[in-house]
Amino acid sequence: MAERSLAGSRIRARRLDAGMRQADLAREAGISPSYLNLIEHNRRRIGGRLLQRIARALGVEPASLSEGAGGAVLARLRAAAAAAGQEADLAEEFAGRFPGWAELVAGQSRRIERLEAQVSALGDRLAHDPELSASLHQVIDAATAIRSTASILVGGEDLDRDWQDRFHRNIHAESLRLAENSRQLARFLKTPDAGDAPLSPQDEAERAFETLGPKLPLLETSRPGATPAELLREVEGLSEAGAALLSRWLGRHAADAALLPAEVIGGAWRRTPDPMAVARDTGAPLAAVLRRLAALPPGAGPARAGLAICDAGGAIGQRRGIEGVALPRGGTACPLWPLFEALLQPGRPLRCRVELPGLGEPTRLTAYAVAEIAAAPGWDRPARAEAVMLLLPDAPDLGALAPRPVGPGCRLCPRGDCAARREPSILPA
Amino acid sequence: MARRVLLIEDEPNIIEAISFILSRDGWTVHTHSDGATALDRVRAHPPDLVILDAMLPGLSGFDILGELRADAGLGDLPVMMLTARGQDRDRALAMRLGATHFMTKPFSNAEILDRVRALARA
Repeated sequence: MAERSLAGSRIRARRLDAGMRQADLAREAGISPSYLNLIEHNRRRIGGRLLQRIARALGVEPASLSEGAGGAVLARLRAAAAAAGQEADLAEEFAGRFPGWAELVAGQSRRIERLEAQVSALGDRLAHDPELSASLHQVIDAATAIRSTASILVGGEDLDRDWQDRFHRNIHAESLRLAENSRQLARFLKTPDAGDAPLSPQDEAERAFETLGPKLPLLETSRPGATPAELLREVEGLSEAGAALLSRWLGRHAADAALLPAEVIGGAWRRTPDPMAVARDTGAPLAAVLRRLAALPPGAGPARAGLAICDAGGAIGQRRGIEGVALPRGGTACPLWPLFEALLQPGRPLRCRVELPGLGEPTRLTAYAVAEIAAAPGWDRPARAEAVMLLLPDAPDLGALAPRPVGPGCRLCPRGDCAARREPSILPA
Repeated sequence: MARRVLLIEDEPNIIEAISFILSRDGWTVHTHSDGATALDRVRAHPPDLVILDAMLPGLSGFDILGELRADAGLGDLPVMMLTARGQDRDRALAMRLGATHFMTKPFSNAEILDRVRALARA
């Protein structure tokens, strides 16, 4: 009763927060201003439908008016518990002892409800959308007419000239219709712009690193024009995790540039265009040489180069594609790449010609990989290993080395006889 | 055996192709394109077999089928329904309403011929 009687005060507070006049709220709730005034001063009890109408007019949940600040969260928790078949008795105690967690659960429950509504709306759209259904039917009708007519024409029966001409004309007309309708259908089913798609921190950092590309020479020691922190500040809209990652990549880029200035590594590369020779010549670790060769200012090193770096869990971090080849993220990469082999024996350099399956000619590249211990082990923790792989165009002088078949990842790989396959391909056999 | 088939379909090129293959097989093919008047046509000159498209202007093939089955004189008339591939609900509806058989578009000419012959024998 005490709680109920305070609902009026909450309504008044919410109304004033919203900058709404008493008369306006009363009209929207379908009561007289004087009655609302009595309610607001807790002189009339309020509940049920009227409370809901007032809550709707104020744009708040009814429970937040009737039960105080925690009411909405509590109601949510009870609903979430009920939906999961859990007992809701402890909701109040939970919300009291862990208000932050309770907000989180309530927020997620709201989100789940919204997403469920979206999914069901999308499902409905696919099942009932008149435009989709109409263009699908037209495509099917055109295909039906073409199939039937074409098989008459090739059926081997005698057809006089008039009939032949007529059927040819029909097929032509239907094929035009099919083309137009399939275009409509494709437009209808177009995936939404990728702009809204959530990116992983790696993808965010990668995109930002590419955008910064033309400015990366500012980090070269010969003409230091910017610090990594300054470049980082130029990128807008990064999440915290994406910014942290980009900061690490830029820092390492600058450190590698300080260790191997463009003139030094460029000179060594021109003398002997082989990463191992460059490492010997400059005295730098091979891993740094591989990273650096993929990131030199234009004209200083190899004309085209790709890069992939991964941790001991096989997760790809920084990467850069070459000839349309980039290792996929998210644990779906082909395990046959030398990048992963390098992890088996840190410190051991690998050189390997690789061959990717393609529609026509297979794509051939030369891969150089090595893993290094990035952080020393302790009694209580393993060493942190990191593998780096440089990809260069196929080196003909390594011709004696038979190329190793690798792939774009099982789902997109057509190779049937692969011992490393872990899931079937989605490509048509 | 009388061999009269009524094809109720609104796509002119499908009509032409089906008419052609059935005529070659010895059938007399009548065609009708408007859903709204299709029932009158069936009642006026009952055929031996109806091929009925599900999507018609005026009145849908399902409505026509329902009316046909409700009509005492036409309850036994063999009706082959044409539905679009992938529309499982359409197919289920056609069977519930009493279609003798259904065929999914796009079909092959041989399928249509086989089925029409089988329905005529039954």
